[in-house]
Amino acid sequence: MRDNRYLLTLAISGALAFGVVACGDDEEPTASGGDSTEETSSEGGGELSGKIAIDGSSTVAPFAEAAAELFQEENPGVQITVGTSGTGGGFEKFCAGETDISDASRAIKDDEEVPLCEEGGIEYTEVQIANDGIAVATNKDLAVDCMTVDALKKVWNKGSKIKSLADADPELPDTELSLYGPGTDSGTFDFFTDAINGEEGVSREDYEASEDDNQLVTGVSGDEGGFGYFGFSYYEAAADKLNLVGVDSGDGNCVKPSIETIQDGSYTPLSRPLFMYPGKKAMERPEVKAFMDFVTTQAPMIAEAAKIVPLTDEQLTEAQGALAQ
Amino acid sequence: MGHRTSMVRRPSGRSRFEGAVKGILFGAAAVSVLTTIAIVFSLLNETLSFFGDVPIGDFLFGTKWTPQFAADQQSFGVLPLVWGTLYLTGIGLIVAIPVGILSGMYLSEFAPRRVRKVIKPILEVLAGVPTIVFGYFALTFFTPEVLKNGLGLDVNQFNALSAGIVLGILVVPTIATLVEDAMSSVPQSLREGSAGLGANRVQTAVRVVFPAALSGVVAALVLGASRAIGETVIILIAGGQQANLSLNPYESYQSMAAFIAATARGDIPTGSIKYETIFVVGMTLFVFTLILNMVSIRLVRKYRQVYE
Repeated sequence: MRDNRYLLTLAISGALAFGVVACGDDEEPTASGGDSTEETSSEGGGELSGKIAIDGSSTVAPFAEAAAELFQEENPGVQITVGTSGTGGGFEKFCAGETDISDASRAIKDDEEVPLCEEGGIEYTEVQIANDGIAVATNKDLAVDCMTVDALKKVWNKGSKIKSLADADPELPDTELSLYGPGTDSGTFDFFTDAINGEEGVSREDYEASEDDNQLVTGVSGDEGGFGYFGFSYYEAAADKLNLVGVDSGDGNCVKPSIETIQDGSYTPLSRPLFMYPGKKAMERPEVKAFMDFVTTQAPMIAEAAKIVPLTDEQLTEAQGALAQ
Repeated sequence: MGHRTSMVRRPSGRSRFEGAVKGILFGAAAVSVLTTIAIVFSLLNETLSFFGDVPIGDFLFGTKWTPQFAADQQSFGVLPLVWGTLYLTGIGLIVAIPVGILSGMYLSEFAPRRVRKVIKPILEVLAGVPTIVFGYFALTFFTPEVLKNGLGLDVNQFNALSAGIVLGILVVPTIATLVEDAMSSVPQSLREGSAGLGANRVQTAVRVVFPAALSGVVAALVLGASRAIGETVIILIAGGQQANLSLNPYESYQSMAAFIAATARGDIPTGSIKYETIFVVGMTLFVFTLILNMVSIRLVRKYRQVYE
């Protein structure tokens, strides 16, 4: 008898649990579905709604995502998707009319992409939204003040067997290097390989790669021969633990990255402007216009949230001017 | 008796009730089986599609693993990852096996009750520490303070030695607890007999109780090894992320599980070959653990001694 009682309670609690789950399953979607339709219909009067499709550079994506998040806090009715097809892939979709805004880590190409958009009948505005800079840093014990682009290329190029900086430039220390760099999915990797090795995605393979820039900082600051590159903001956050390397683009003039040298572009070739290209037709939709207005007024704040270098006041005014035309 | 016969004649509420309970219990057991089947299926799908592009020989015997690079720089030799996994597990087990067995033996055979009362909960707390905590313990304390400053070793910030040792510490409670259970369950009469023959406590523990508990000890070791092979977070954080086919414990290595975690964290396009590598490596890891579990069942059967 006692056994049966146990079984009974077990069965009942089991049945209850199943029942609850089943009810939950049945009710939730219908309830929430009903709610959301009500919301959008009631909001249709004054609040913004609709969808904005953004795609393009993976370097701009963190900025676009931060902007989307902040914008959606105030406008929950607007859905924003941010893709990372790369600058070129983004323009392809944009010119085919598939996206509303294209993210780009360089200006649109006159010879390929401009005609593509003309064919597709897409008119657009170019708006600079932030600046991008890569810091090259070493361990504090590996005091390197300056490197040329050629020396950097010798270290990082495909197939490089260089073990110490002295192999690349006899004047540099011969400490054995341990190399750190971003994962191959990041925009920083694309930009660095393009600017230093001459082709996007081409790099030596035997380095410590991480998608987490903080981990790169930990490695470079922990290894005696630590040597790596990452987004400038990550250097800034750990400046006291790292030695910053200036870059000589070939003219004998060594420039260290700073907010100023990245903003004015004198830190070459590892700094560049970042853009958004909203389509003119898309801008006629109130939600797209509101989003771009939000971006151009809040750009420095969004850049900070996305850990990239903000626009100067001048650049900001210019961006607002471009959008107003 | 009469009660039972009457039940057979007409199916009463009770038999229907028992049928329902059986059904519920079967359902509960089926959940885990179905999950396993679903996991294998989801791995298989992408794995097959991967081997459509990469010859299986290149995958199994290639010595270079660079799937994350541009097409002409890609190689898909899984050996460095397999090696990284085994190497780190090996370092971990070198730490975990002696420490685990000895502490299990101590707890079961030698520890006074008062000492046991303190050590046992501490071991259990150690087993409950999240692995990410172990990971940062290895990266921010064990590597710089113990290995570099304390022992003066020239290790990299991310290295196999630190990750492996801490991995071993993670596995110690698993092994210790199971060894203790196995040894405690050896019948008291064996100890008494051994003492009666004039053996002292150490001889009894090492030559009588330990061999008698061997099947449990082997199971403990295999379980510990499985735990170490599948462990992701410690290696991801402290062991580094370089697919490395070398012998130097000061260097950085990547294990299969850490590769999956690191790659899944980036923005990889669905359907790309890089995306498929996650599943292929997952499948490899799955096969590894499966083999290990099968070996363990064999071993446990082989060493089983029954005392009744």
